[in-house]
Amino acid sequence: MNKVITIEEAVSHIKDGMTIMVGGFLACGTPHKLIDALVEKGVKDLTLICNDSGFPELGVGKLVVNKQIKKLIASHVGTNPETGRQMNTGEMEVDLVPQGTLAERVRAGGSGLGGILTPTGVGTVIEEGKQKIEIDGKTYLLELPIRADVALIFGNTVDKYGNISYYGSTRNFNPLMAAAADLVIVEADKIVEVGEIDQNHVVTPGLFVNYIVDGGDK
Amino acid sequence: MDKNQIKEFIAKRVAKELKDGDVVNLGIGLPTLVANYVPEGTNVFFQSENGFVGLGPAPKEGQEDPYIVNAGGQPASIIPGGMFFDSATSFGIIRGGHVDFTVLGALQVDGEGNLANWMIPGKMVPGMGGAMDLVVGAKKVIVAMEHTVKGNHKILKKCNLPLTAAGEVDMIITEMGVIEVTDKGLVLKEINPEFTIEDVKNATEAELIIAEDLVKMEI
Repeated sequence: MNKVITIEEAVSHIKDGMTIMVGGFLACGTPHKLIDALVEKGVKDLTLICNDSGFPELGVGKLVVNKQIKKLIASHVGTNPETGRQMNTGEMEVDLVPQGTLAERVRAGGSGLGGILTPTGVGTVIEEGKQKIEIDGKTYLLELPIRADVALIFGNTVDKYGNISYYGSTRNFNPLMAAAADLVIVEADKIVEVGEIDQNHVVTPGLFVNYIVDGGDK
Repeated sequence: MDKNQIKEFIAKRVAKELKDGDVVNLGIGLPTLVANYVPEGTNVFFQSENGFVGLGPAPKEGQEDPYIVNAGGQPASIIPGGMFFDSATSFGIIRGGHVDFTVLGALQVDGEGNLANWMIPGKMVPGMGGAMDLVVGAKKVIVAMEHTVKGNHKILKKCNLPLTAAGEVDMIITEMGVIEVTDKGLVLKEINPEFTIEDVKNATEAELIIAEDLVKMEI
């Protein structure tokens, strides 16, 4: 079983119209080389699930600038003016989701849950069209799980089975998205042999990971 | 006071609310300044919603680590004893009531403790990021802002912009005073001696109850 493939092979799995999840928070912990390859490939009409829409020249923002995104599901788009522009002209649909709700929806999608109940958004526009459930006198919104065709995630140190160890604040959505897509590709800063990562330091279990690409050094 | 002095004054007063051992989340802008005025002998842990507790001072130029950034995406540092985690844990900490207080700016806040700070329809739609979760989940929510904007009221009878959260604000700290949100409405607890009660009332659209034990706002 060889999971290590080229970046070219990796993006060949991503086709027009697919839903993709991309890890990272304002381009930290983002699989940059996979995004560059997607920009080069030019796949379009993608639905993108990501914490934010990055910056025009950094992170998933490049996909927005290149007009490859049909629909964006994110918590924050303020750092990429092109997202706002496409949202206002109607070129791209944008679904804004509170960050904690987005994290839990992805987690639910990856862990077999039918949804989560959160107090976040009660009494705001976020509650529109959602079922409200009262538990012990407190009102919660039912938020549904979310999954993708492909998750593109990042890992600092990845062994050849796909076990991931993170460094710094790169972790963010990566471990959650690793479980919530039909196909999971991790871009590794460093690929090591199985056994080189102490089992106690594995954060994302390799069993979630289908393919590994070499992202080289930062 | 000029703009910067006002911001510094507000941040210093907010910092007096910090207690030893508190876990605190600071919003972007003015609230970030609060970290500069932590009282001596008080150890607080700053939470960064992108995934760590123990946010330290901004690194010196040339010492930035691209893999350690704050929730604004800017280079950051982590203190000994700090810890990194994923976004679900981060917001579990926030929603689960494990953050003692959060400090945020506001476009509008009202007499019922409603807060609007995430969008102006048709004009500015940056997204809520983590603000909705923070305001709902933190034990105490402090709004730190200038009392008015270009002479217009920000403390209203009723917010008319889309809300970030309903009825969650506990305290409003401005350059004019300290206001507590209570069941009876907004209570002015402290006043900056540079202003009269009349000044504060005029700058506030919402009904303002003057505390019987009103004291001078000190930093």
